[in-house]
Amino acid sequence: MVPSIEELHQKKLALWTLVLVVLIAGLVIASIIGICVGTISISPGKVFAILTGQITVDPLHPDTDVAIIREVRLPRVLLGAVVGAALSIAGVAMQGVFRNPMASPSVLGISSGAAFGASLAIVLGFSFVSGQFAIPVMAFVFCMATMFLVYGISRTGGIVPVETLLLAGIAVGSLFAALVSFMQFIAEEKLSSVVFWLMGGLNQATWGQLIIVTPLIALGSVIIFWYARDLNLMTIGEDHASSLGVETQKVILRLMVATSLVVAAAVSVSGVIGFVGLIIPHMIRLMVGPDHRILMPASILAGASFMIITDALARILMAPSEMPVGILTALIGAPFFLYLLRRRRHMMGW
Amino acid sequence: MVATRLKVQGVEFGYKSVRVLDGVGFEAEAGEVIGVLGPNGSGKTTLLKCMNKALKPRLGSVLVDDREVSDLTRKEIAREMGVVPQNSGVNFPFTALEIVLMGRGPSLGRFQTEGDEDLRIVKRSMKATDVLELAARPMTELSGGEKQRVIIARALAQCPKILLLDEPTLHLDVNHQLEIMDIVRHLAREQRLTVVMVSHDLNLAARYCDKLILLLEGKVLAAGKVEEVLTSENMERVFKIRGSVQYDANVNTWTVSILGALPRQNEIGGDSD
Repeated sequence: MVPSIEELHQKKLALWTLVLVVLIAGLVIASIIGICVGTISISPGKVFAILTGQITVDPLHPDTDVAIIREVRLPRVLLGAVVGAALSIAGVAMQGVFRNPMASPSVLGISSGAAFGASLAIVLGFSFVSGQFAIPVMAFVFCMATMFLVYGISRTGGIVPVETLLLAGIAVGSLFAALVSFMQFIAEEKLSSVVFWLMGGLNQATWGQLIIVTPLIALGSVIIFWYARDLNLMTIGEDHASSLGVETQKVILRLMVATSLVVAAAVSVSGVIGFVGLIIPHMIRLMVGPDHRILMPASILAGASFMIITDALARILMAPSEMPVGILTALIGAPFFLYLLRRRRHMMGW
Repeated sequence: MVATRLKVQGVEFGYKSVRVLDGVGFEAEAGEVIGVLGPNGSGKTTLLKCMNKALKPRLGSVLVDDREVSDLTRKEIAREMGVVPQNSGVNFPFTALEIVLMGRGPSLGRFQTEGDEDLRIVKRSMKATDVLELAARPMTELSGGEKQRVIIARALAQCPKILLLDEPTLHLDVNHQLEIMDIVRHLAREQRLTVVMVSHDLNLAARYCDKLILLLEGKVLAAGKVEEVLTSENMERVFKIRGSVQYDANVNTWTVSILGALPRQNEIGGDSD
């Protein structure tokens, strides 16, 4: 007996709700773990007590745990969540726009472009916009330039073939990586701050960074989510999308700008953390299917949890020293990428 | 008096200096199936794209019930015209139901989800092209004919007045070709849809279309009933074949007998440039 249309539709909506509930619960658990774990581990009970204000700073008996949680762990976990969410939704948007499941900010060299912009800002000490914004602004400009470059090179006759896309991404990425090295070479006394930043990580997280990048990422994500249904149509083909009422060129342009905004904001505080935008959308697609209306919120939640957990791992794996979280995501992501490349024809039909 | 469903008037389109369409015009009523024929590069697909504003003609107009298509937004056009594009390669594993539901998009607000009425329309559309039992299957697993039926169902779910089909039977097995065309003609008759179909296949077009339009180098060479358009003379000129069209009483339709290609040295006109 074939289930009726209504049943199928109900089942799908039920699955969407279930997935969202599970992912929200997962994010809460990940956040608690992220706050508890580190060189000094703090029990969940105490974390709860501190966060709810039951333990406050007592000048006579200073409790370092309070300071650790309030000034270090909490901003770090929140920043991790925001960065993970940003990279994931950027991956979703790029895979949709490029109509290609292999696209992601790091694979296509776009993160490198943003990194170059940011290191330019650090080394040359740009301050044309108030100091703290210089890095995100430069990252944004170069991020967008890189994306249009890669897109322009690899698009032929309305489609973006996977081989061309990956090759263009590698070439452009290498170019910017070289330029970043050059910036290090001429950095002189600013070398350490560039290198430190480039390693990729959340160890410098501050409330100040969080306040700057969160609105940017939120804005970009809202724009991307706005076009969720249009992206569904565009993954089938621009002909299809335009015959169903989508202004494809306008949508592509806006999505590329919004994606650049999100990636640049993330890169400007965390350096290059690779593969998150590739792994997360794929895993979510396996769970809920390719509909962007669920893929986007689910990827945001999963990306946030993933980043918090990998960052926690980066803190404890080699304790007391801390490894850059970008190394961990690459260790997980690169084999996953190769696996996708092997399976792609079978799975995706291209 | 009732306005003519579809009027195409003096449509001219070109890329830079190359003129692809040159003063193309025709009219179609509700319930008619119109076939657009012509050799490669004669402007068939371009004409279809000019009709739904996917391309903007330099001159001329397209009117649906006396409303200018160029004045409508993309979304409004999508409520008037359903399109089945040539290449229906779906790379992401959407289910057939999800694909057909997309046809309701133009009628919904941005964050509105599909309601009962939408599901009813989708069900009716899927029934019409006989794809209800494929609803839960991913598009990536369907055969060419099944995919095409799903895409036609999606176009129907837009509740359009006009259906534009670009080579709907390309790459399909013969039985699936006939199946698709039977569905299309049935829809035209039952739902009073105006169908404009671009085709390569003379026999299929002769068999299923009420009227034919023959394009050559962007101009309408002939238009009208099958037997008036597919004359031996026209076939020779446009397709460089010797052939004739007869009424086949067995199937109650016109069929084209193709005797052979013209010898090469007799090539008339040929490709420009």
